[in-house]
Amino acid sequence: MRTVAVVGASLAGLSAVRSLRKQGYDGRLVVIGDELHRPYDRPPLSKEFLAGTIGEADLALETDDEDLRAEWLLGTRATGLDRTDRAVRLADGSEVRADGVVIATGAAARTLPGSEGLAGVHVVRTLDDARTLRDELARGGRLVVIGGGFIGAEVASTAYALGLDVTVVEAAPTPLAGPLGETMGAIVTALHTDHGVRLLCGVGVKGLSGEHQVDAVLLQDGRSIPADIVVVGVGARPCVEWLEGSGVELDNGVKCGSDGRTSLAGVVAVGDCANWYDPRTGAHRRVEHWTGALERPAAAVATLLAGGAVEPGLPRPPYFWSDQYGVKIQFVGHAAGADSVTIEEGSAEDRNVLAVYRRAGEPVAVLGMNQPRLFTRWRKQLARPAS
Amino acid sequence: MMIPACPLADLPRGEAFRLETDPPVTVFHTDDGELFAIDDTCTHQDASLADGWVEGCWVECPLHASKFNLKTGEVDAPPAKLPVRTHEVVVQDGMIYVQLSTAAPNLPHCVTARLAGALA
Repeated sequence: MRTVAVVGASLAGLSAVRSLRKQGYDGRLVVIGDELHRPYDRPPLSKEFLAGTIGEADLALETDDEDLRAEWLLGTRATGLDRTDRAVRLADGSEVRADGVVIATGAAARTLPGSEGLAGVHVVRTLDDARTLRDELARGGRLVVIGGGFIGAEVASTAYALGLDVTVVEAAPTPLAGPLGETMGAIVTALHTDHGVRLLCGVGVKGLSGEHQVDAVLLQDGRSIPADIVVVGVGARPCVEWLEGSGVELDNGVKCGSDGRTSLAGVVAVGDCANWYDPRTGAHRRVEHWTGALERPAAAVATLLAGGAVEPGLPRPPYFWSDQYGVKIQFVGHAAGADSVTIEEGSAEDRNVLAVYRRAGEPVAVLGMNQPRLFTRWRKQLARPAS
Repeated sequence: MMIPACPLADLPRGEAFRLETDPPVTVFHTDDGELFAIDDTCTHQDASLADGWVEGCWVECPLHASKFNLKTGEVDAPPAKLPVRTHEVVVQDGMIYVQLSTAAPNLPHCVTARLAGALA
């Protein structure tokens, strides 16, 4: 293998580059990224960076003395993949021919239809998004967050700490019920009301009002919530349009095996755009977790370098964290499919819960709120292969 | 400076003991029976490595995914970028002692700010 192209220059792409060098790949390495920035850390964009407590230099994922011997093509979008000569076509009309391709194009924030061109309306996905929002939040005012998921909740928490008047609007009856289940979703979400942040649940958004600048969020039930700033946190979609017609099988992102292999030889997928087969659950699952983007590329790169001849180890159960209102929230495993959830330590009232989700008596997921020590123990236990 | 930690008998394999020094230091007794001491605070954020996940001679931060080498202090992957300090461990008459490093610690942003605030 003489040339490997890594398409995507965020955490998953960088982890793939590091894994390639670590696993002995010595050839040409081309990294293609649609943003102009070198790889940076996204979790702080809704937290410390948005709050202004850390700056852009703190977000860098590479270290100063790191030399990965890669060619970086930044500010360049991939527009296609040619299966016959395995070439990545770029927006400027050029192409990169490669023997191996790592797809790491991530996901893009969903927007609200009809909100284009209206000032004061934001999503939080990229450094540029966060920079603009940070500057607006610093001016204060009324913020309405559309979507009570993790991004929305973190932005609400940060804005609350900055002194803004904050309202969260969520279409579902209980925010976070998808990832955490109804019971624990309600407990985590109570952090908003604990701090005087308004939470409107079970009501959809009809649209936004405002001439050039947003001035209110209009709800399906007829209410109008005044707003100076609106943040839309309604999920992300995998960035895989560029692969249509390439022969890479797409199904909720790039469909791949438990080793990251796609339907095309010499092409693997990692990160938020990859819908991996999970041997623990026997189903494909696209996981948008930071830790997945960090850990999975090692297996995908091993697959790429070995031509698919390696047997991947059992991946660790998916893990993510969130920081809201000073509470450290940690979650591991799959809440879906659990038939019970019990609080094993702490109390819901004190927001310091350690809760275990079980299916037929077997632990399948764990949630911690300010319980890092116990959470780590449970996380370790959950990672053990089933006996 | 040699600081007494705890009796070796009180620290089974797989366990960690945190010394409330400033900054705090943690002694790890690995599953292989080795003893190591490193700075307790992750260099990325204010998290106690004593609460972390130890495998071989690496401890994974309990919050994020960075792992620190207990022997050398080096970090394997982001979000942390700087190593932790390592300290010498001595066992005498069944007691664990830590010889504190004289190097400057790599504390995370928030902890440095807090310490600076305390000094001001």
